[in-house]
Amino acid sequence: MAVVSRGFGGRREPTEKPLPPGQFLTEDFPVLSAGPTPNVDESRWEFSIHTETGEAHRWDWAALQAMDAEDVSTDIHCVTRWSKLGTGWRGVPLDAFFADVETEDDFVMAHSYGGYTTNLPLDDLLDGKAWLAYEFEGEPLAPVHGGPVRLLVPHLYFWKSAKWIRSLVTQADDVPGFWEQNGYHAYGDPWLEQRYS
Amino acid sequence: MTEQWHVAQVVGTTPVTASARAVTLAVPGFAGAVAGQHVDVRLTAPDGYQAARSYSLAAVGADERVELAVDRVPDGEVSPYLVDELRVGDRMEVRGPLGGWFVWRPEDVGPVQLVAGGSGIVPLAAMVRARRDAGPEVAARAPFRLLYSVRTPQDAFFADELEAAVDLTWAYTRRTPPGWPRPARRLDAADLAASTFAPSDDLTVLVCGPTAFVETVAGLLLEAGHDPARVKTERFGGAS
Ligand SMILES: Cc1cc2nc3c(=O)[nH]c(=O)nc-3n(C[C@H](O)[C@H](O)[C@H](O)COP(=O)(O)OP(=O)(O)OC[C@H]3O[C@@H](n4cnc5c(N)ncnc54)[C@H](O)[C@@H]3O)c2cc1C
Repeated sequence: MAVVSRGFGGRREPTEKPLPPGQFLTEDFPVLSAGPTPNVDESRWEFSIHTETGEAHRWDWAALQAMDAEDVSTDIHCVTRWSKLGTGWRGVPLDAFFADVETEDDFVMAHSYGGYTTNLPLDDLLDGKAWLAYEFEGEPLAPVHGGPVRLLVPHLYFWKSAKWIRSLVTQADDVPGFWEQNGYHAYGDPWLEQRYS
Repeated sequence: MTEQWHVAQVVGTTPVTASARAVTLAVPGFAGAVAGQHVDVRLTAPDGYQAARSYSLAAVGADERVELAVDRVPDGEVSPYLVDELRVGDRMEVRGPLGGWFVWRPEDVGPVQLVAGGSGIVPLAAMVRARRDAGPEVAARAPFRLLYSVRTPQDAFFADELEAAVDLTWAYTRRTPPGWPRPARRLDAADLAASTFAPSDDLTVLVCGPTAFVETVAGLLLEAGHDPARVKTERFGGAS
């Protein structure tokens, strides 16, 4: 049983839904990044998927815009303890990018402009669970929040939704990415409170 | 160890500014912190409701002791409690030390530029203290400069101690001391050019403060030619 803090009442926001353990609701959109915000021009933006055979699949901004996009309404949970409910995104499901990709690997490393990396199981990116998102609440995604394009994997803590996404590289083993090497959990399920390793 | 919540008891509180105070906790089992790391603090109300927030360590080195410095965010859930209500003997829970990136270790070689906004000084103060306590050889190997932006002189955390320990430049954004040469304004490119280390291959830059402050400063650093891979940031929150 946790110790009670004398005189602490707390400010319970009435929430329609339960939040993952240890999270609180925010109306803001806080920012967790390890370094400066890179400015990636759409004209220079490119996304690629690389597999164990050395094969590469590439998309530029125009190719991304030509793909079938979805509007996604989802809750997001940051490891720094804020959650935001019902956020609105527009993006292309990762299934579309993986349609012609063949791999035996079970994991991927996401790489970002700016050098950030994060590791995920490939299954967590497929079956409509993850997107490349380029709009937030009807506006182009701002650089500070990962624009022009970020990964959106809302069922995991939000550091897995790599900002400024540049490529996915498949990997046989679950090699840790940037925050995962710096004390954070390899998988990051907010409902199991997998914050730290 | 970081997976586990430790029971913490308040053993001291000291005012730092009109809106902030330092809190010292005795935390059995807490050890091995590195300057720049933080802890998660969890408060539990009598009915079991809990709230947790992150707070940087203001000093490291003494095991089983956690030193925090908390600024009151108006209408915040946790910080007003820690600044105004908490008293010696009260208990809470602490998890950590956490974070392995925004850190400085006495064995790190090379110059370090620190840039703080408001309460963002806290993890940087831990670094300044760790370097001071490591002695003159370490200080010679790792030259430090600190650029510290505060609203007014009264809003500065640890002013005397920092001035004694590090090459420090103040930037006041609202009101300056009488006769101060630089008018009150936000940090700009001219401040960085005048008061920080120039970009170099061995320089580490650490920027901490409210999110908007960190965004501005990190942007100015890149414009000044710093390598983004050598600029580490910690964003405390607030509108961006
Ligand atoms: C790694 C890390 C280390 C931190 N270290 C420290 C520290 O050493 N000292 C310290 O005082 N704080 C620190 N913070 C900030 C701290 O975790 C809380 O966010 C802060 O105390 C506000 O919590 P609250 O419950 O009072 O406000 P909340 O109820 O969470 O928020 C109330 C309102 O204030 C806004 N807000 C939240 N944080 C800030 C902020 N920092 N500045 C301006 N507006 C804000 C919120 O967006 C919200 O609108 C740190 C944050 C992180 C992520």
